[in-house]
Amino acid sequence: MKAIAARRHHRFAPVVLLALALLTTGVLYAAFTPGPAQAASAPTQDDLTAGNNLFRANCATCHGMNAQGRPGVAPSLIGVGAAAVDFQVSTGRMPLMNQGAQAPAKPVIFTEEQIRQMAAWVASLGPGPAVPAPEEVDPAKGDAAQGMELFRTNCAMCHGAVGQGGALTNGKYAPNLGKASPTTIYEAMVTGPQSMPVFNNATITPQEKRDIIAYLQAQKAGSPGGVTLGSIGPVSEGLWAWLLGIGALIGAAVWIGAKSS
Amino acid sequence: MSTNARDAGALAPPLDYLDQRTGLAKVLKEFSRKIFPDHWSFLLGEIALFSFIVLLLTGTFISLFFVPSMDEVTYSGPLATMQGVEMSKAFDSTLHLSFEVTGGLLMRQMHHWAALIFIGAIVVHMFRIFFTGAFRKPREINWIIGFTLLILGLAEGFSGYSLPDDVLSGNGLRITDGVVKSIPIIGSYLSYFIFGGEFPGQHIIPRLFTVHILLVPALILGLIGLHLFLVVLQKHTQFPGAGRTNKNVVGYPIFPVYAAKQAGMFFIIFGVLALMGATMTINPVWNYGPYDPSPISAGAQPDWYMLFLEGALRLTPGFLEVVIGGYTLSLNILIPAVVVPGLLFTSMALYPFIESWASGDKREHHVLDRPRNAPVRTALGYSLLSVFLVLVLAGTNDIIATHFSLSIEAITWTFRVLIFVLPVVTFTVAKRVALGLQRKDREMVLHGHETGKIVRFDTGEYIEVHQPLDEEERWLRVQHEPRRPIPLLPAQNERGVRRPGYRRDAIRSRVSRFFYADRVEPVTPAELAAAQAHGGHDEISASQHDAPELTATREGSSAG
Repeated sequence: MKAIAARRHHRFAPVVLLALALLTTGVLYAAFTPGPAQAASAPTQDDLTAGNNLFRANCATCHGMNAQGRPGVAPSLIGVGAAAVDFQVSTGRMPLMNQGAQAPAKPVIFTEEQIRQMAAWVASLGPGPAVPAPEEVDPAKGDAAQGMELFRTNCAMCHGAVGQGGALTNGKYAPNLGKASPTTIYEAMVTGPQSMPVFNNATITPQEKRDIIAYLQAQKAGSPGGVTLGSIGPVSEGLWAWLLGIGALIGAAVWIGAKSS
Repeated sequence: MSTNARDAGALAPPLDYLDQRTGLAKVLKEFSRKIFPDHWSFLLGEIALFSFIVLLLTGTFISLFFVPSMDEVTYSGPLATMQGVEMSKAFDSTLHLSFEVTGGLLMRQMHHWAALIFIGAIVVHMFRIFFTGAFRKPREINWIIGFTLLILGLAEGFSGYSLPDDVLSGNGLRITDGVVKSIPIIGSYLSYFIFGGEFPGQHIIPRLFTVHILLVPALILGLIGLHLFLVVLQKHTQFPGAGRTNKNVVGYPIFPVYAAKQAGMFFIIFGVLALMGATMTINPVWNYGPYDPSPISAGAQPDWYMLFLEGALRLTPGFLEVVIGGYTLSLNILIPAVVVPGLLFTSMALYPFIESWASGDKREHHVLDRPRNAPVRTALGYSLLSVFLVLVLAGTNDIIATHFSLSIEAITWTFRVLIFVLPVVTFTVAKRVALGLQRKDREMVLHGHETGKIVRFDTGEYIEVHQPLDEEERWLRVQHEPRRPIPLLPAQNERGVRRPGYRRDAIRSRVSRFFYADRVEPVTPAELAAAQAHGGHDEISASQHDAPELTATREGSSAG
């Protein structure tokens, strides 16, 4: 103890202390954080009840007490499967805040547990696509080159060449896929939310879905050419050519052409 | 010092050798003493010139690696997202250049940024010429040359853009094919001629390559030479100012002032382009993938200088397509992609002749107009810019829709209305602003600057003291000549016989009235003298006036 006391005022003491504090916090955090949820086990009766209760409180106003839907307001949810619920709720699209051209992604208001329970209850109403298992959406198991070909044939006409999003009719849009998780992308393909068509396993096989996910994941590495300028193509390039290029060069011309005083 | 002297000594014999055989020294001496007037806007054309030099340098590098062939190969380079994909050699070599050649991607990106800025600088330069009236006699020919350079720049840009054979540029080629096919009768033959058969065929990339690296650059280079030769021959225009007339050029000699400025400008342009090429992705063909006629992606647009055509196509409703006796006439493509740009560009090219016809002015002009002193010309320029802006924005309607959460139909309809309304509004507003500025000038000349000093006279009268303009300020505001419409001679002569050419004169008179009917006359010496006399009780300012001298200067100028 004497040795420590003697070095208390050493100039590296605060650094060492800080490093120790960070290490302790990190170890404790790692010890207490729950591990990633295991592949959804069969829902218990409690889950179904809890899911039903959540549904009545948050969704039934529009979709009806038995999820049968209301004409002109909200579609029936019988047979949409757990994947649809997980997609809509875990991206914040549901519950809808107000009627508009399209439900936008918003901050999520439910916990993963609650989403799982609601999904379980909706899935119990009729058979539909399930939430994919982690290996079904593992980008490492997909072929990005194959995914590029599939993406530009099936997806790029709405989502753009690298999934940067695009406009549809009457204020609807294909969202930017830059922040979408592999699970979300998979669920969107099997459930066809909003304007999107369904790409079932006959149209795009499970392996091909993984290829597409791998292609989209590869885009997150950024561009080898520098900043991406939003990846929206020649329009942003032209804008920057004018704002930055022509702007800077006219500035230079003014500077050089100025009379020396 | 001694080293320098030795260097000059070492350099002298070969220079002397050259001079004795070419007489170079005399030419260089003459040229280095040539006077150029000073203004920052005279450097705008140089942005285009130096970008073009960057284009030549980077383009040469690229052409060492690019393979202009549509033969199919299977990709086996380092890019994961292209592994095993079938592509043309053109696309494959573009990827090879981008990812395997040292500095290749930098060169490609610099080349593309330089291309965007080359055409941008041409446009800015051209509007400087337009708004200041630098296209007037004797420079009409140089205007036409410059206009041709713009068209060649567009052709060069478009042919180069298509070379990598990626999906995005392939879509652009497909649109070009559609536009060519929309031309009545000869359209489909022309398309087969261009593509060597049905689109896309095997020939278009090698053909565009020849156009891009040989034909068009040679024409551009030759015309730039001619363009600059005419500038030297006809001397550079200058802005109005004290001591500047149509018969002199006030400025600095090329050597050393302008030589230094030019070199500095070149390095700045090179630096900006290198920086953009190094840090900002442009035309990432690896995102678009090799060309295949079936896919098309959202957000497919051409480079900015072609966006106006894209916009015109997007604005035109489809019902214009008519079928006459089994023959389809695609007016919905022909009008926006051929007729409208044809009219816009032809009127741009012919503008100097239209204006001189309307003004009847056949004299040489070397002193530039202040844009306010040519209200209708200025207004027409802004009007054209507004058309161009609407078309460009219409070409980006889907991106506006997603980025500003708007409905694409609402945007399109807004632009459909604006394309007719905005040019008229812009014209009216710009003309009125120009006339207003001229009135302001008159006011300043006649009454001087407001000083905010209030003086009370013995009689109890209050006046604000005005500070008269100094000589140079006044000269700037009174130096221009009034432009009035050409008077229309009567239809019959004094004996009642119909005068030949009356109809033509009537049309000309109408055009002339459009240009010059609304005008603000510059202050005349008589008006100035009257204003000063009227300021009799305004002794404080009147005493500082020097009217007789000014009168003499003005008369001197109009005589010359």
